[in-house]
Amino acid sequence: MLRLKDLSKVYATGDRALTDVSLTVEPGQVVGLIGPSGAGKSTLIRCINRLVEPTSGQVYLGDMDITGLSRGGLRRARRRIGMIFQEYALVERLTVMENVLSGRLGYVGFWRSFFRKFPPASIENAYRLLDRVGLSDHVNKRADALSGGQRQRVGIARALEQDPDLLLIDEPTASLDPKTSRQIMRLIVEICDERGLPAIINIHDVALAQQFVRRVIGLQSGRVVFDGSPDELTADVLTQIYGEEDWSATIRKADEDGEDIDEDADHPGTVPVDRERLAGLT
Amino acid sequence: MTDAGMTGATDYRGWTRPPFIKRPWLRWALYGGGLLYLVLAVASVEVNWVRVWEGLERGQRFIEGFLVPDFTSRWEDILQGMEESLTMSVTATVVGVLISIPIGIGAARNIAPLPIYAVCRAIVALSRSFQEIIVAILFVAMFGFGPFAGFLTLSFATIGFLAKLLAEDIEDIDEAQAEAVRATGAGWWQIVNYAIQPQVMPRLIGLSLYRLDINFRESAVIGIVGAGGIGATLNTAMDRYEYDSAAAILILIILIVMAAEYLSGYVRKWVQ
Repeated sequence: MLRLKDLSKVYATGDRALTDVSLTVEPGQVVGLIGPSGAGKSTLIRCINRLVEPTSGQVYLGDMDITGLSRGGLRRARRRIGMIFQEYALVERLTVMENVLSGRLGYVGFWRSFFRKFPPASIENAYRLLDRVGLSDHVNKRADALSGGQRQRVGIARALEQDPDLLLIDEPTASLDPKTSRQIMRLIVEICDERGLPAIINIHDVALAQQFVRRVIGLQSGRVVFDGSPDELTADVLTQIYGEEDWSATIRKADEDGEDIDEDADHPGTVPVDRERLAGLT
Repeated sequence: MTDAGMTGATDYRGWTRPPFIKRPWLRWALYGGGLLYLVLAVASVEVNWVRVWEGLERGQRFIEGFLVPDFTSRWEDILQGMEESLTMSVTATVVGVLISIPIGIGAARNIAPLPIYAVCRAIVALSRSFQEIIVAILFVAMFGFGPFAGFLTLSFATIGFLAKLLAEDIEDIDEAQAEAVRATGAGWWQIVNYAIQPQVMPRLIGLSLYRLDINFRESAVIGIVGAGGIGATLNTAMDRYEYDSAAAILILIILIVMAAEYLSGYVRKWVQ
């Protein structure tokens, strides 16, 4: 179980990215986090594993207060939190297997990882995961030789190789085409169901969120403005989160369950890069 | 007023690029001042045309020597000098690269803590602020004539060069890859090994080969101040007005540098 309590983040530039965010994610629950660019979605999930240091508030994973951990403690906590990234964030020049095995870095010493001598059980698990995401034939290919969808599958396998208690997923489909986006989302949700794994998925695409998650949290200017089931996402709610717009097409699509891919030509997944996420890195 | 643009197709509005310096008087003052300085500076250079005329003849003899390079009469000396220079540059490059890797990592602001960064940047600055010849003179004074002083000089110069460029390359990496590895709970050394090394390795190899080639050329220069190698041989040939032997040496240097150039181009493509 993940619990955020009054989490706030003010960047050194003075930008208030998050204001008093409190929420609880139950075991096995997959949460879609929606909101406009700059709403603080990326900051929020990065505050959970402290890739971004929260300014105030607490993050509890189970009974452990992540915000109070020392450096070593934080490293051990990060081992339990898998992360999947927008542009895959694979190490391009390493092989697929090395990328997946890097999920075990928190568990092995430096020299073992330097000589790529991972425990046999980890390697066996990596093979199994690559099989699960359908990449058994690409074990020794370099990550930059794969297509977008394949890379994201490696990203998923890397996160699962950690054997995590929680998944943080940052715009998993933002650089993928509509069909691949749906395949990746389906895979993520299936895997979370199989393992009873809770996850927070940042997602631009409202229709995609409605199709795949059972709980949606809407973030606007760093505050939670909506928390409920996908069916409750009415035009009024979307206006509150994103601002005034004609939402009828988005809502209709939700009713049809978004199966018709051709209708998605204008879906926001084609927006190239989330600048807010990049800004948060500097 | 506002509908002036709609009166007809012939009513063009025109466009010029906004000037870099907005205030016209400042712009022209800077341009004019720059031009004036240039004219005065060129005028202040004293040229002794009589000396130039005399020098032309010497230059001609030099070029004539070049046209008939003499590889044979000093072949033993040339061979020994080349061997010394090659040994000097290879060993200095290897040692310099090995030392500059930790310093380069320490001088990268995005991964090094501030005190280490400051120390490593200071080492880089120190190494870069002294030209090879000055360092060579110092080492010759300390360790005597010969290739050992040359080896030390080139190692020292390699550290500044490579550590600086490596640090800049590390600062330019794709942070997302490092972030992803950090998120798995990896330690600092593991992040360096898994996320940073793969990103900078091709450039590090390319730069090391480039530095090998620079070190070889530098070995010809520092030999002149007594640090051994082909430079010493070249200097002796020049002192004896044996321009044909000097030409042979220069041609060999050019050939070796060219060979290194092709080799490094090939290797760089291979490690990409």
